[in-house]
Amino acid sequence: MAETRYMTINMGPQHPSTHGVLRLLLELDGEIVVKATPHVGHLHRGVEKLSETKTYHQVIPLTDRLDYTNGIGNNLGYVLTVEKLLGIEAPKRAQYIRVAVTELQRLAAHLIWLATHALDIGAMTVLFYCFRERESILRIIEEVSGGRLTPTYFRIGGLVKDIPEGFEESVRGFLEDFPRRINEYETLLTKNVIWMRRTKGVGILTAEDAINYGATGPTLRGSGVRWDVRKRFPYSSYDEFDFEIPIGDVGDVYDRYMVRLEEMRQSVRIVQQAVDNLPDGPIMAEDPRVVLPPKDDVERNIDALIRQFKIVSEGFEAPKGEVFMSVEAPKGELGFYVVSDGSNHPYRIKIRTPSFINLSCLPKMIEGKLIADVVAAIGSIDIVLGEVDR
Amino acid sequence: METKGINKVKGQFGASILKVETFRDETTLVVEKNRAKEVLEFLKKDPDLSYDYLTDVCGVDYQPRKPRFELVYHLCSTQYDRRLRVKVPLEEGDSVPSVESIWKAANWYEREAYDMLGIRFENHPDLRRIMMWDDFEGHPLRKDFPVKGKDFDKPFIPEL
Repeated sequence: MAETRYMTINMGPQHPSTHGVLRLLLELDGEIVVKATPHVGHLHRGVEKLSETKTYHQVIPLTDRLDYTNGIGNNLGYVLTVEKLLGIEAPKRAQYIRVAVTELQRLAAHLIWLATHALDIGAMTVLFYCFRERESILRIIEEVSGGRLTPTYFRIGGLVKDIPEGFEESVRGFLEDFPRRINEYETLLTKNVIWMRRTKGVGILTAEDAINYGATGPTLRGSGVRWDVRKRFPYSSYDEFDFEIPIGDVGDVYDRYMVRLEEMRQSVRIVQQAVDNLPDGPIMAEDPRVVLPPKDDVERNIDALIRQFKIVSEGFEAPKGEVFMSVEAPKGELGFYVVSDGSNHPYRIKIRTPSFINLSCLPKMIEGKLIADVVAAIGSIDIVLGEVDR
Repeated sequence: METKGINKVKGQFGASILKVETFRDETTLVVEKNRAKEVLEFLKKDPDLSYDYLTDVCGVDYQPRKPRFELVYHLCSTQYDRRLRVKVPLEEGDSVPSVESIWKAANWYEREAYDMLGIRFENHPDLRRIMMWDDFEGHPLRKDFPVKGKDFDKPFIPEL
């Protein structure tokens, strides 16, 4: 009897469709994937270890670099966790601005996903359209925060600065235009026969498996589970916004695609509401332990000057305890677990990143399927390796 | 988690629940190592608790305190929208039963805890390093591991 031997293929870490430095070890029986083993860690920078040596404020720039398509969303998760630890809350205006820019960032992140996912499967045109719209979002984010990829816009207790003049107009202008653009993308893909053949019934993850394997975000909702942190555990005033949570049906690549497209429409609604109902008021919480004094005060008042110097040089001391807080990032549930020993730097930070655990579902999706579908499945779970490896 | 749920777990496991803490509206159960898996399984299976979703598993190094480590599970119930934290104190060299058979999600989390802190898991299907390379020595998130690394001034040349 002939001996059965499988062919082993190394996909990545330098493969254009693995979205970064993911290495997949595929064992193949002809064109069928028998076993897939993801190897991660090529982009491990030790963010958690580094955080332990920094003051609470100094960790914010590190979070930008987790999921680098979603800098502002990562900032939000971290500052909310530390605010929870301190027992403070950002003022309403800051919360609304946070929601508006976070949702804009979600749109930008989803646009990168759509662009690269379509490119992987062979539809190149979508990429150019998506990056055009992403550019307008990044311009707004740059206007607001000064940074495109790494905004570091939020501070513990509020925002680094108020929105600039003309922000509302540029956002409104973008929102007016954007829903039409989503329809444009849809004309390219949704009823496209090639697209449907490549995505329908591919990379199926059932609802039960999705929960068991710990999937979150569109990967979970594509499987038909209506679970979104923004609805289940509302933060930053999300309970005051009116939006729907789209879900899929069978949990294939096509469902996850439809879920993300609909999510973009919902994000547009949220930004619209945030801009329409933007309250007036301060943008920083009133907590002298954490918040820098106003610049005017620093120049005139010695106490304020000392306080500014102390906060900048030493940071602040957080109460002893531990908190977990999570937000809905574009990829799924982004959680921060912060342990404080009462000193001015976190004792331990564990970042529960959505891509890390969504990626661990990948073998479940592709084993026993064709090798050509691997690329479609990787694109559909929308991983960012900066976040997987931390 | 409301008191009813806590009482139910306490009634079931008695002295194995070492402590119940609440901080910032978050409930933490501290559970003895030997019965940790049973408690977690109960938390998932019991219809009143139904913590069907494993959000996170991680370890914390409290050196020089004894016991040195704490293994932290974050659970979530998709049915009741509740969260719970379960902590298991561990001594250096201790191993805990893997919960991979309860939640598949635990697979990579436990590999990470093993890689970063050297916590061993019994009956884990594939306990390898996940972030660091296979012949890396040490566990980076331990407090006695230097931040700049141990071999920062030596070139890394793998043997071929």
